[in-house]
Amino acid sequence: MKRILFFLPVLLVVLTGGFLLWGLDADRNPSAIPSVLISQPVPQFDLPPVEGLGLPGFGSVELEQAGEVVLVNVFASWCVPCRAEHAVLTRMVRETGVVLMGLNYKDKPADITAWLDNLGNPYDRVGSDLDGRAGIEWGISGVPETFIIGADGLVLYRYVGPIIGPKAEAEFLTALEQAQQAQAEAEAGV
Amino acid sequence: MIPEIGQFALALALVLALVQSVLPIVGAARGNKLWMQSAWATSLGLVLFVGTAFAALIRSFIVSDFTVANVAENSNSLQPLFFKIAAAWGSHEGSLVLWVLILTIFGLSVSLFGTNIPAALRARTLSVQAWIVVGFLSFLLLTSNPFDRLIPPPADGSDLNPLLQDIGIIIHPPLLYLGYVGFSIVFSFAVAALIEGRVDEAWARWVRPWTLAAWTSLTAGIALGSWWAYYELGWGGWWFWDPVENVSFMPWLLGTALLHSAIVTEKRGAFKSWTILLAILTFSLSLLGTFIVRSGILTSVHAFAVDPARGIYMLGLLAIAIGGSLALYAWRAPDMEGGGLFAPISREAGLLINNILLTVATGIVLFGTLYPLFLEAVTGDKISVGAPFFNAGFIPVMLPLVLLTGIGPFLSWKRADLMGVGQRLKAIAVVSTLIALGIWYLTTGGPALAILALGIAVWLLLTTLKEWGLRIKLFKAPFAESLRRLRSLPRASHGMTLAHAGLAIAMFGFIGSSAWKTEQIVFVTPGVSVSIAGFDVTFEGTQRVQGPNYVADRGTLTVTRDGAPVTTMYPERRFYPVTRTGTTESAIRETLAGDLYATISVPASDGAAERAWTLRILYEPLVSFIWIGATMLLLGGLMSLSDRRLRVGAPRRKARAPANATPAE
Repeated sequence: MKRILFFLPVLLVVLTGGFLLWGLDADRNPSAIPSVLISQPVPQFDLPPVEGLGLPGFGSVELEQAGEVVLVNVFASWCVPCRAEHAVLTRMVRETGVVLMGLNYKDKPADITAWLDNLGNPYDRVGSDLDGRAGIEWGISGVPETFIIGADGLVLYRYVGPIIGPKAEAEFLTALEQAQQAQAEAEAGV
Repeated sequence: MIPEIGQFALALALVLALVQSVLPIVGAARGNKLWMQSAWATSLGLVLFVGTAFAALIRSFIVSDFTVANVAENSNSLQPLFFKIAAAWGSHEGSLVLWVLILTIFGLSVSLFGTNIPAALRARTLSVQAWIVVGFLSFLLLTSNPFDRLIPPPADGSDLNPLLQDIGIIIHPPLLYLGYVGFSIVFSFAVAALIEGRVDEAWARWVRPWTLAAWTSLTAGIALGSWWAYYELGWGGWWFWDPVENVSFMPWLLGTALLHSAIVTEKRGAFKSWTILLAILTFSLSLLGTFIVRSGILTSVHAFAVDPARGIYMLGLLAIAIGGSLALYAWRAPDMEGGGLFAPISREAGLLINNILLTVATGIVLFGTLYPLFLEAVTGDKISVGAPFFNAGFIPVMLPLVLLTGIGPFLSWKRADLMGVGQRLKAIAVVSTLIALGIWYLTTGGPALAILALGIAVWLLLTTLKEWGLRIKLFKAPFAESLRRLRSLPRASHGMTLAHAGLAIAMFGFIGSSAWKTEQIVFVTPGVSVSIAGFDVTFEGTQRVQGPNYVADRGTLTVTRDGAPVTTMYPERRFYPVTRTGTTESAIRETLAGDLYATISVPASDGAAERAWTLRILYEPLVSFIWIGATMLLLGGLMSLSDRRLRVGAPRRKARAPANATPAE
């Protein structure tokens, strides 16, 4: 009986080893933080338009009543990766016709107007988040980030960082198509 | 050419290690003296070959040979020579070479200094040590070759992470490895004893100096790392319960338990299988630490670059080393119980409680460190376990331990007289309580736990001094008599006194800087003044300074107290153009009473005024006591290590036992 006790350490080690082996999975990123917003309604916020840009702002109400799948892109003129991502978003809007709303994070109106004049404007609406309060509500960890919002205002997907490169684009487009398909099925059901 | 010599030397070392894995242990089983003695030559050869490889690597760094990928990735031609050399162990591959080098040096020292150990036990120990060397050398050669070439070579290398370009963090890894790897010898001794089937007092005596040496190095390594974090990271803290800190702390805690349980095995022949288990587990935790740091399995500020193949290989090594040794333990250990009996109140019982508490504390740290992984595997949730958990779990276990540490040395072996001990310590208990109450009165309702802990620290300090005083009859006998006793007292005794007092003193630092720390974070423009802990700190502005491989904004802070000038502080914000990273150089005014700690950083918000800086000032009372206490722990370890009883004497008696005793099954 007492002998069994001496096996306890090796059993504990085998058990721990199993967890460690699981933890080594190459697809697992221990630093990735899942968004608490997924499958939740969009947070409450209301952003004014950017002065001098001539596009309307947006808030929770617009996202809840959009009636179709919408993208929300957090961006800023001071953000270098955003400049690279801008071309990808422009192409995506042209090819898929998806509605893109821009959450302009901590940016000066004059800077962002010049930036969009220079690069072209893929956004349907741009809200100005001068003090970063809406960014806090959305729980963003940096700029850029892109969210896919369902027609009913539920957050379906979050992409952290710029959508650049074939792998990232494919991943994002797959998520977008799934969201649009689910939307189409829901409408057909009604 | 030189890098190839290094790689070739590593391959030859692997061959030698394979020979040493087999010959001595088979020789010990067959009673072949020549085979057993071959371990001497192979362990010397291992040091020479691995040393050659390490020298080749350092040389590649010194001449900035960017055809070697490791050099190109971790150093830069602009770096000062000193940092170029240090970069050799700044990366995963280079540090692993150092790891193996230390492993082989320990093997050689057993060959050199272990002449009083029976030939069979020594041969088996050296073979087990060679198994570990084989594991790590093959890991190095197969997954992490430090001499991989890079064709075509880049014009210049990328820099070593600027945070690591600091003297503290350069000595920190070698010391930590000395500790980690030092426990490998204790592990090898334990496995050899299990294979031999015999553990006795002499075994414990041979193991103790190695345990002490490893423990002392680990103490120094951890203290140095903590000190580095304190002045370099700019957060003003000295311990963050980060996974990688925890994995270096766990072998220390369990090694401390091992140090104490080995005393019981040595003096009384008890706790045999427990001491063996601790020896195995202490090194297992060192291996786990090496695995966690290098596999990227947990998020940490310390991790090396991650490669899944390496993780799998290391986990395999761990499974063989830890699983194998514990399975051997489960098989052989039940037969080796027995030994001195003791009463519930005795030195043995005291050390037993010490061991239980230290093991529980280690368990808490281990659980907290791996819990995020367990939870993610089971539920998919991601959490991080931080200081609140560790403080809540660890402190309530450690306080009773410290209380007991004060009493333990007064207890006699076998059966102690608790009443008598109570009589002797009554006065100290009263004084400690009074001091705690006094502090409570002075700080008017400060945190209760901190005051209790301070009282316990005072208790430990006073009881330790009293025990030492009693031994040398201080003030009880003429001074010359005390001096004579002081000289004749074994050094291990002085070592214990130093280490226990060091713990008490370090506790003052832990408690003071945690419970009574004050902090101010403000936006400042030149001329703005901040008050903290009775000091007035004025920000005078910043200026650009050019360093060897960085540019810095150096702030000037004038510190006054009641209008009288105290000092001027120069916190810096450095930028390293090659890696495009910035570091914070804190400015610290150190006094025994407390440290004034200042850092500056560029304001985070765009809304702040032009030329404004974020100034962070901390006042950390008593923090210097941590470093003083740690130094005393270190000196205590060294003092014990120099005790001649550990080197001569008792083992000779055992030499009469047949050298090739058949395992007692």
